[in-house]
Amino acid sequence: MARRVVITGVGVLAPGGTGTGAFWRMLSEGRTATREITLFDASGFRSRVAAEADFDPRAHGLTPREICRMDRAAQFAVVAAREAFADSGLALTGLDPHRTGVSLGTGVGAPGALDREYRAVSHDGRLDLVDHTYASPGLYDHFVPSSFAAEVAWAVGAEGPVTTVSTGCTSGIDSVAHAADLIREGSADVMVTGATDAPISPITLACFDAIKATTTYNDQPGTASRPFDASRKGFVLGEGAAVFVLEELTAARRRGAHVYAEIAGHAARSSAFHMTGLRPDGRELAEAVTVALDAARLHPADIDYVSAHGSGTRQNDLHETAAYKLALGEHAHRIPMSSIKSMIGHSLGSVGSMEIAASVLAMKHHVVPPTANLRTPDPECDLDYVPLHAREHRTDAVLTVGSGFGGFHSAMVLTRPDRRTA
Amino acid sequence: MKGPTVAKTEFTFDDLKRILLDGAGADEEIDLDGDILDTDFESLGYESLALLETGGRIEREFAITLDDDVFTDNSTPRALIAAVNETLRAAALVDA
Amino acid sequence: MSARTLVTGIGVAAPSGLGVEDFWAATRVGKNAIGPVTRFDASSYPSRLAGEIHGFDAREHLPGRLVPQTDRVTQLALAAADHAFADAGVAPGDIDPYGMGVVTAAGSGGVEFGGNELRKLWGRGAKHVSAYQSFAWFHAANSGQISIRHGLSGPSGVVVSDHAGGLDALAQARRQIRAGGRLTATGGFDAPVSPWGWAAQLAGGMMSAGAEPERAYLPFDEDAAGYVAGEGGALLVLEDEDSARSRGARTVYGELAGYGATFDPRPGSGREPGLRRAIDTALTDAGCHPAEVDVVFADAAGTKRLDREEAEAITSVFGPRGVPVTAPKTTTGRLGAGAAPVDVVSAVLSMREGLIPPTTNVELSPAYDLDLVAVRPRTASVRTAVVLARGRGGFNSAVIVRAVD
Repeated sequence: MARRVVITGVGVLAPGGTGTGAFWRMLSEGRTATREITLFDASGFRSRVAAEADFDPRAHGLTPREICRMDRAAQFAVVAAREAFADSGLALTGLDPHRTGVSLGTGVGAPGALDREYRAVSHDGRLDLVDHTYASPGLYDHFVPSSFAAEVAWAVGAEGPVTTVSTGCTSGIDSVAHAADLIREGSADVMVTGATDAPISPITLACFDAIKATTTYNDQPGTASRPFDASRKGFVLGEGAAVFVLEELTAARRRGAHVYAEIAGHAARSSAFHMTGLRPDGRELAEAVTVALDAARLHPADIDYVSAHGSGTRQNDLHETAAYKLALGEHAHRIPMSSIKSMIGHSLGSVGSMEIAASVLAMKHHVVPPTANLRTPDPECDLDYVPLHAREHRTDAVLTVGSGFGGFHSAMVLTRPDRRTA
Repeated sequence: MKGPTVAKTEFTFDDLKRILLDGAGADEEIDLDGDILDTDFESLGYESLALLETGGRIEREFAITLDDDVFTDNSTPRALIAAVNETLRAAALVDA
Repeated sequence: MSARTLVTGIGVAAPSGLGVEDFWAATRVGKNAIGPVTRFDASSYPSRLAGEIHGFDAREHLPGRLVPQTDRVTQLALAAADHAFADAGVAPGDIDPYGMGVVTAAGSGGVEFGGNELRKLWGRGAKHVSAYQSFAWFHAANSGQISIRHGLSGPSGVVVSDHAGGLDALAQARRQIRAGGRLTATGGFDAPVSPWGWAAQLAGGMMSAGAEPERAYLPFDEDAAGYVAGEGGALLVLEDEDSARSRGARTVYGELAGYGATFDPRPGSGREPGLRRAIDTALTDAGCHPAEVDVVFADAAGTKRLDREEAEAITSVFGPRGVPVTAPKTTTGRLGAGAAPVDVVSAVLSMREGLIPPTTNVELSPAYDLDLVAVRPRTASVRTAVVLARGRGGFNSAVIVRAVD
């Protein structure tokens, strides 16, 4: 019988509150964490709004040495991994390091540290031939984000397959999919997986300013992220991490673990069209959804909630809405779907894992989080996006999707483990 | 090729071709020196991202700010050149 | 899972050659491709040698519209991808696009592009940053651009495990094929030879300060004192065996037969590193006995501790001088995420010719009980090859390629 993969631990570090509990409270109350940027002086930028995490690494037990060598994104990952690991109870029952791996996603790695380091070695942009003697010893690790996976592996004691997955804005789904594949094929029994990103930095702001992709609602920061709303003006950057412990189902049951959800199916497809542009018909995303449903042996009628990509750009909203109609048929109109990016912004890679966390929690509570700020629906987006308020709703199976630069589209189906029989 | 350091007061067809080439390259099928003044940018192989890069370069070189939808409203070289020159004249009036 | 995963096309962009035939002509005889850095003035840096790809003009290899929006690493990846698809004889329309994917390994990403944009940001202001910065420096750029250029609508993957990532990408590609895909393009690339890239390499603390191209990178030598960095990588077309046979693939270079990956214990634990376990896992995966292995392409880190760890792992699996070991990367320097895929190409070409390319310049330290193919190539029947790669932090990967009759 095929090995089934389940989530037995969850850790979240998000804007609006650290920890899985705070994250869910925010989502279920429909509060937003988008605000004027405080991490640095953003006054020179076109878009000056982001969803920032109030994060004190010392308060989370990171040592001064760890804080010094790790980018903010790596710090997020380690803190979220520790929460997930503690939540799983594996520390108590013991762990076989050789059978434990890490698959950690990141969309953009360490832009914050790179920006800071570049200023130092270039004397604030004056030197073309940079002065390497001003670089910190961690610079190489900021360039090559496998260092993030290594930090998490050290934090939990994993010595099986370890890697970083960096597929841009689908990293947070693809990393978890990779982890599930490794357990399914027998390469590991336990995987610590998820994604982290801390992209709120001058260089990131500048490049999204250049393509006019981020919002200009600088005077209304709290309501700046407006997926599926006619008044949307682009996405709002976010940051954070979500990390999970994945196990093979029978092993998890044997040790009496709390099983949050099963990773029932996933698939990825590519537009092969344009690095940033989307084909309006959404066909590749639809194909990913269809293949993921097939892998889960589910029908569109079985899906109770869709955690949408919903980045808040017009292009995405239309693309995604078209894809759901293609893949889910008439059920697209019936299934509640929402974008938590309306509340926590778009952290590029990690948000896919944060949306998996939201999906898992929706199943736990039978409550679907809302799309905040959706007051004037775009007439071309005519599905049920759960505007403004969370909704009590029996949720046994969830579809979560992501789209990103490069033309990548990923879909994952999560179910309550007691929902289906093998 | 580097743009001038002092902001210029007129935006020419040659300026546009130079900036397009520097910032977005050229499709092998397209002759930018041909009769393209009234050909859509899209038909010339320049999609939205290439036009954003082009717009950014025009803004920097000529020290102006273009409307977000300047390329939507002006989809050919002739229309764009006119729109940029109009912005340049308006900016000159403000400066004066 | 019965069908095998075959290598049906290869493309290389390496300091020793752009294109498979040039690359192999240089590699098989150990022709040196390390030289002084020419891409920037390196005179003020403590490491001034590199493996550069000379004479590569992106405009000769890429459509004009792609040149301004790509970092050099992506330009090299796209050039290698063109070669690999041409070699495989796959043209658009031959295979259902959803059945074709791409998985690449990245290391530092689009370093030169990113450095230029950071300089514009801090030297001239935010408005000077290019629209293409939004994707040109990120680690997914190579997979995205290859997917677009070759119409690959299946899954796109990107892994980062420092220098081990190239093998992890191949394994991920095989996984895609076993899950029902027909073809996956896979490999890895890095291009660190720019001032900003150099700052990072130097910060890593393992670069050689040697000034002579033949003496700077000496893995398994008493005088090992770090590595020389190089640029490039390789892209392989992997194909499901049934699919390859049904379309009449013209060349089958070999089979990707086994893979294993592990991570070292935490630094300071005093426990054995994970490399031996990675090799064992790969052998088990391939159903292969150590005695069947004809050659090991070593990671060859070029520092004392890492060389010793690798030599011990090889010896413990294969026995003292139990298998020929080589490291042709002594001719190019270490290509980051591109290093191991280039070694996989060397491995399949070794099978084709019956010749193991040499580890140049190295005089084997008596501390290591290895059968090192040093200085001169060795004629040998190669049916099964092991490729090893390790990454900073503790990544260990092993791949087994096997000849196909």
